[in-house]
Amino acid sequence: MRFCRALLMSVALAAGVPGVTAGAMQPPSQSEFVPVADIPAGEQIPAFNLVGAAYGFVWVVLLGYVWSIARRLQKVESELADLESRR
Amino acid sequence: MTKLNPLLIGLSAVMFGVAPWMINAAPYESTMGLVQKVFYFHFPSAILFLVAGLICGVASAMFLFGKKAKADGWAIAAAELGLVFGSLTLVTGPLWARKAWGVWWVWDPRLTSSLLLWMIFGAYLLLRRYGGPGSEKLGAGMALFGMANVPFIYVSVNVWRTLHPQTSVVPTLPIDMGIPLWFCFAAFTMLFVALLNLRARLEHQRARVEALYLAEDEA
Amino acid sequence: MIGSFFRVAWYVMRKDLTVEVRSKEVLLTTLFFAVSVVLVFSFAIVREGRAPDDVAAGILWVAVSFAGTLAMGRTFERERYNDTLRALLLAPSDRPAIYVGKLLGLLALLALVEIVLVPLIGLLFNAPILAFPGRLAALLALGTLGFAAVGTLFAAMLVRVRSRDTLLPVLLYPITIPVMIAGVRGTAALFQDTPDLPMAQFWIGLLIVWDVIFITLALWTFEPVMTE
Repeated sequence: MRFCRALLMSVALAAGVPGVTAGAMQPPSQSEFVPVADIPAGEQIPAFNLVGAAYGFVWVVLLGYVWSIARRLQKVESELADLESRR
Repeated sequence: MTKLNPLLIGLSAVMFGVAPWMINAAPYESTMGLVQKVFYFHFPSAILFLVAGLICGVASAMFLFGKKAKADGWAIAAAELGLVFGSLTLVTGPLWARKAWGVWWVWDPRLTSSLLLWMIFGAYLLLRRYGGPGSEKLGAGMALFGMANVPFIYVSVNVWRTLHPQTSVVPTLPIDMGIPLWFCFAAFTMLFVALLNLRARLEHQRARVEALYLAEDEA
Repeated sequence: MIGSFFRVAWYVMRKDLTVEVRSKEVLLTTLFFAVSVVLVFSFAIVREGRAPDDVAAGILWVAVSFAGTLAMGRTFERERYNDTLRALLLAPSDRPAIYVGKLLGLLALLALVEIVLVPLIGLLFNAPILAFPGRLAALLALGTLGFAAVGTLFAAMLVRVRSRDTLLPVLLYPITIPVMIAGVRGTAALFQDTPDLPMAQFWIGLLIVWDVIFITLALWTFEPVMTE
């Protein structure tokens, strides 16, 4: 039974995969980051808000999540200690 | 094991504090300029989001097939972390895209499947929260389907050429971009590991509380 | 060994279809619902008496997925109501065979729904449904199979869970949306003014891959999830 399943799976995958790769679209895309010393002045300000918002969001969420886990853990630990002392 | 967690968190906090300086010192990218610097937080979040998916899937398999009860706690922890790190990825990405591509969002394979994985984590947590008894096994089964999504997300940018940069970007990074990236990656990973441990511990402690209440009722 | 597996599946499917043929409850309500979905979406999208191009494929697949979710919920609700699922599971047979039987029953039901929906879509949107009947049938069959494979598993698992009616779509859609996308894109490629056959072929290939993955996963997980 297992062998039949495995065989069926390999055959079907072999049937499906060439169709997938043959039809994949090929518009141009980026395959490397190219560094540069400095950037034209006109670029700087608008991106700054976006970058600031991104980093700010990450900080807020991570701090918030650490705090959330700490709070929940504390609650459960105290409940556990309570139950164990009662036993 | 538990002593390690505060240490990991402390160390990663320090690294997060130092990171802005390192990121600032890194060179600009030639076509994207300043906004590319979101990459140093976006990439680690995205990788850890996928890793969370794999952990949730493996833990679910161990729970379902290996009958390891504790694995279920790890699966829930991984799902919650996946939701958090997925949120980081799905917010930092569009903020970057707004400037780099001109739009907040495109429906390409990678972004679409990433959003779906995020929703799968959400659905999983909703099930665990509101499903009542019997939802552990269903959730585990569901997580396996979600995990099947993960490799697809990773290779999608190489199979379909879309706006999103391909996976070849990271291995070919020049050294002065590589250092801040891997520094941030280390900080994120340490935090991820510590949070995963703590969240799993929370789940295991809850299970113990439940067991103790049950024992009390029977006594 | 394999013979008994398919025999069990056949019996389960025959039981479901026999019950259904007598009452026709799920078939008629699902069919009516599917047609309503098509009409609602058509009204929502139509402007000055004409629908925009390319909506036919999308509306077809939305109707299939909504109607399918309803049908899944109903078939297992019937089992739950009569508590027959436990009886099925207690039977000394290969558990996954029960899953396959249920899946085949659901597929038969959805096939009937699609037989009505496709001409309806052709009629309402002037879609060229007869241009490439083979490929269209393949897309519908494979897409419905992928969707139903995951849905049957989840609906079975949800039978004993609270809030099962809302949770089924919540759990099902994020996982089966890739199948839906493939179905829509493939069908749209066939319905275009200049049909894009390689594109349709590509999506059919992808559907095959997903169907294999989903069915394999479903067969593996059905047994451990349904046991206490």
